[in-house]
Amino acid sequence: MKFKIATLAALATLSVGAGAQNITGAGATFPNPIYSRWFSEYSGSHPGVKINYQSVGSGAGIRQVSQKIVDFGASDGPMTDQQLSESKVKLFHIPTVLGAVVPVYNLPGVNKELNFSPEVLAGIYLGQINHWNDPRIARDNPGVNLPDHQILPVYRSDGSGTTYIFTDYLSKVSPDFQSRIGRATSVKWPVGIGQKGNEGVAGMVRNSQFSFGYVELIYAEQNHMSFGQVKNSSGKWVKASTDGVTAAAAAAIKTIPADYRVSITNAPGPNSYPIASFTWLLIPQHFDDANKGKVMVDFLRWMLQHGESEAASMTYAPLPKPVADRVAQTINQIH
Amino acid sequence: MADNETPQNISVPLVTVARKQPEPPVTPVSAVSEDASGIRAFLRARGSANAADRGFAGLMLLGALSLFVIVVLIVWILIQKSQLSIHAFGFHFFRSSNWDPVNGDFGALPFIFGTLVSSLLALLIAVPLSLAVAIFVLEICPIPLRGPISFLTELLAAIPSVVYGLWGIFVLVPLIRDKVGPFLEKTLGWTGLFVEPNFGVGMFTAGVILAIMIFPVISSISRDVMRAVPNHQREAALALGATRWEMIRLGVLQNARIGIVGAVILGLGRALGETMAVTMVIGNHPDISKNLFNPAHTLSSVIANEFSEATGDLYLSALVEIGLALFIVTIVVNAVARLLVWAVTRGNTAKAV
Repeated sequence: MKFKIATLAALATLSVGAGAQNITGAGATFPNPIYSRWFSEYSGSHPGVKINYQSVGSGAGIRQVSQKIVDFGASDGPMTDQQLSESKVKLFHIPTVLGAVVPVYNLPGVNKELNFSPEVLAGIYLGQINHWNDPRIARDNPGVNLPDHQILPVYRSDGSGTTYIFTDYLSKVSPDFQSRIGRATSVKWPVGIGQKGNEGVAGMVRNSQFSFGYVELIYAEQNHMSFGQVKNSSGKWVKASTDGVTAAAAAAIKTIPADYRVSITNAPGPNSYPIASFTWLLIPQHFDDANKGKVMVDFLRWMLQHGESEAASMTYAPLPKPVADRVAQTINQIH
Repeated sequence: MADNETPQNISVPLVTVARKQPEPPVTPVSAVSEDASGIRAFLRARGSANAADRGFAGLMLLGALSLFVIVVLIVWILIQKSQLSIHAFGFHFFRSSNWDPVNGDFGALPFIFGTLVSSLLALLIAVPLSLAVAIFVLEICPIPLRGPISFLTELLAAIPSVVYGLWGIFVLVPLIRDKVGPFLEKTLGWTGLFVEPNFGVGMFTAGVILAIMIFPVISSISRDVMRAVPNHQREAALALGATRWEMIRLGVLQNARIGIVGAVILGLGRALGETMAVTMVIGNHPDISKNLFNPAHTLSSVIANEFSEATGDLYLSALVEIGLALFIVTIVVNAVARLLVWAVTRGNTAKAV
């Protein structure tokens, strides 16, 4: 046994010596858990290849890959046209998995799952709906005894993809929200309290009665938080799930452009969960170091074949089959 | 013989010592001269005393000057990297209270307000408390208690700020929301400083957590300063018939006041720049309000919160200018504090410090 390990180690060092390939990436924090797992599994089965990923945030990821500081980037929001034109390298957006944002709340005495229509979600964060027993909330939740108490909206104080997805959705469903607040990784909230990170928002909501917040689906599931249902564009109440998110991506397939820069919030289809989004790897179309490019392409193929199947077990929604097929085509263009 | 031996044995060393006493004057001298020659040999070997002194002075000057270089570099980088925002907003940046990344309109006023007020609040709470602890430990405390209290004070200083923040979220926030807040509202609500709704996070909580964080700094430094007051000052006060409190006031505090102000300034410095613990309990909502229960935002926490995800050059540039604003606020506050010290101590030389 010991001998085996020793030979393996020797082989590993040998192959490192022969074709060692270090690739560095940086970007979004949301997909970090699954990226870390993918990169370490891929490195395990491909000795000599080491992919190092730093979850420094989407904004920093975009900056670093544009400045050629890292080999690839990752972002929860697509790059803007201006960012793409300013980048020193031509980049592909490669969708990897999908995430969703869910409304969480702390309402003592209410055990039933609450329903939130898009108008209510926007109204709460615009400060227009400020009491729990507002008729607009009551209308969607018949039979629930809503307290006459002020709502405390909680938002992400740090810039985040979560906020981007949420505000992107609210901007689509509420013209008022779009004109007064708009979509971005951090926005000017007229009301509420800001907390850092998913854990900050979740902690605040858990500890404060009558509060309301939004967190990543993964975070809510892993921490066994209850969350509300949202009305989708078909008028159906949907509770977020990885299936619902993949359904939203599949329903939006016709609108996905060639460069994958698309927002799938408020997607059509009766099963689609409306507050969902792709997360992307930002891969240079051309690698100066041909060997690096080869490894990157090989990794992306591996990701589509093996990685995607692991997504659901980590509560990430995998790409729908048609999208994965298209991505496989795109990968072939990387050189 | 055997009977004689013992007394002789005892006396022998005495005698030998006595006898050898004339000798030592010789040996020490030679030892000293050997030492002296050692030092002299070293001094001769290293050449000119002038060159050595100058070299040393030059080295020290270099160290001192590096401070200027570092500060100038920081200011230069801050100004250079915030050019975009300085050109776009000018002085308006420091007067506007709008912070809107979507529309690219940035103003620092609520953050400056939050930084100043939370630090001031922290000082209001921490200064009396830390002076009380310092005086107690030094002048009144029973000796066995002294060690543990000093140890705990220094322990507080060693706790990382993120731990303070977590403690703030889980202990302080519920406490202020459910117990302290309602009490303050009932007793001091008329001032307009404590008005419901109180969610537990906000300016007041940030002030309290900052106070706990700067308390050990102020307390331990002012304790050391008071310890340096010569004992005869205390004795003189007591001899004149002063009570213990009068002795502390006239003999100790009066003499140590410059050092105490220095300790307070150090504490203020930490409060102004504190990021992590504050951002976890202050509510991060840029708002200017008299109500201390309202959420607020500080300069350092907006940088920590938004820098990594900031996209767009103007946004980044505005965040760097926030850093510049923090730098200016720190300098101005320090300058004002020094003026205060000067005004208080004018004409009086420091007696003990």
